[in-house]
Amino acid sequence: MRVNVTVNSEQRQADDVWEGESLLFVLRERLGLPGSKNACEQGECGSCTVYLDNVPVCACLVAAGQVQDREVRTVEGLADGDTLDPVQEAFVEAGAVQCGFCTPGLVVQAHDLLDRVPNPSDPEIREALAGNLCRCTGYEKILDAVRLAASRR
Amino acid sequence: MDFLRPETLAEALELKAQRPDAVPIAGGTDVMVELNYDHRRPSALLDLTRVPELQQWSDGLRIGAGVPYVRIIDELGAELPGLAMASRTVGSPQIRNRGTVGGNLGAASPAGDTHPVLLASGAVIEVASVRGTRMIPAAEFYLGVKRNALEPDELIVAVHLTPAKGPQQFSKVGTRNAMVIAVCSFGISLFPEENRVGAAVGSAAPTPRRAHEAEQFLASALDFKNPKPLLDSVKREFGELVSRAASPIDDVRGSAAYRKHALAVMARRTLGWAWQELVDGERACA
Ligand SMILES: Cc1cc2nc3c(=O)[nH]c(=O)nc-3n(C[C@H](O)[C@H](O)[C@H](O)COP(=O)(O)OP(=O)(O)OC[C@H]3O[C@@H](n4cnc5c(N)ncnc54)[C@H](O)[C@@H]3O)c2cc1C
Ligand code: FES
Ligand code: FES
Repeated sequence: MRVNVTVNSEQRQADDVWEGESLLFVLRERLGLPGSKNACEQGECGSCTVYLDNVPVCACLVAAGQVQDREVRTVEGLADGDTLDPVQEAFVEAGAVQCGFCTPGLVVQAHDLLDRVPNPSDPEIREALAGNLCRCTGYEKILDAVRLAASRR
Repeated sequence: MDFLRPETLAEALELKAQRPDAVPIAGGTDVMVELNYDHRRPSALLDLTRVPELQQWSDGLRIGAGVPYVRIIDELGAELPGLAMASRTVGSPQIRNRGTVGGNLGAASPAGDTHPVLLASGAVIEVASVRGTRMIPAAEFYLGVKRNALEPDELIVAVHLTPAKGPQQFSKVGTRNAMVIAVCSFGISLFPEENRVGAAVGSAAPTPRRAHEAEQFLASALDFKNPKPLLDSVKREFGELVSRAASPIDDVRGSAAYRKHALAVMARRTLGWAWQELVDGERACA
């Protein structure tokens, strides 16, 4: 089937999409957007987190056909040209990135948190990021990054 | 595989009648896992996310099957504290943004978090097909492990619940606070004006189920008109009866014995919290 969807403010079209395919597969394999990562394909790790109509979801759990005529924003759509989003910048500065595999999902999820709650408490940050796993950092630097981003907004 | 995309409820029911083999997909948080892992290859998916009738609720409360957990938590917490509590324990924020009560009922897992609450608060499930509408009490909806009362041409349309008339509590045992399937769970609803108690266990039998004897014991032991601090013996007996209502199995998440023990503990604690709310409320009014 064909899927028409707005991705990062651009009208995109994917062809020959299998009906049981996930949005994550469409983004990575058909639209050339490998920012969203594929680790578990079962909603457990959050590394595929993207905005769907402004709500963060696991792209691996959205069926491709469900995004027809909807709006998706991926980690690739957060920066403004070469200027990183403050959340991305804070992740770099705070040392919240090691292998980087979890980073795109965490950045999108943290971005959404700060949009909704400009000055989150530590429990609020932990709660918001509870669905994003990181095997490298031990999370402390990630919390630092979110606090840093919050302080700059 | 076909991808069916109805835009109204009537169209969805029509499609389900023509294609009873089509698998409904709402939030996809159960269906997509099965597809991604090749556990299921349906001949068609029936996308329900574009059916407006399923995404809304009315004051009464009739909650559309496709309302995601996040909206129940954010917007219905005052009317439905028990359902909001259970919803808050589901998965992670991303899962709660997408997952629905209709999907929880569709999957009918014994471990589904909304089930004990729906049972304890006397929810009625509205299902429909081109043949008409059926109203199924939650207690008659769960038929077996991952089996529910839906006919192949039917869809879950809504859940009917009255706004809470008394304290409600939900409790769940798991290995961490986020992203866990319940080892076992428990829901309680007090109906002070009717001298009635609802109590139900999850993840502790082939289906979620009500604890009838525990409900009856408690209704006769509590003095709703004049709430005084609870006797330990009442809490203990209630916990015992809840535990006896379960017929759990040993599995990777926990042993049957542990589940029985934990259910008794959860029943005592949630009763304590719910009753305290009533005692405090009484004091605030006096
Ligand atoms: C990482 C992760 C964590 C999870 N954690 C929890 C948890 O803590 N607690 C919990 O209870 N569950 C949990 N789940 C399971 C799942 O999120 C819930 O069962 C959720 O309620 C499913 O809703 P959905 O809208 O995503 O359902 P879907 O996946 O869209 O559908 C689920 C089932 O219901 C059927 N269905 C959906 N809507 C209808 C309808 N209107 N009429 C008829 N049939 C319908 C589908 O055909 C399918 O069989 C988790 C899942 C994941 C991936
Ligand atoms: S790949 Fe989607 S949550 Fe892990
Ligand atoms: S930086 Fe490696 S998984 Fe998080």
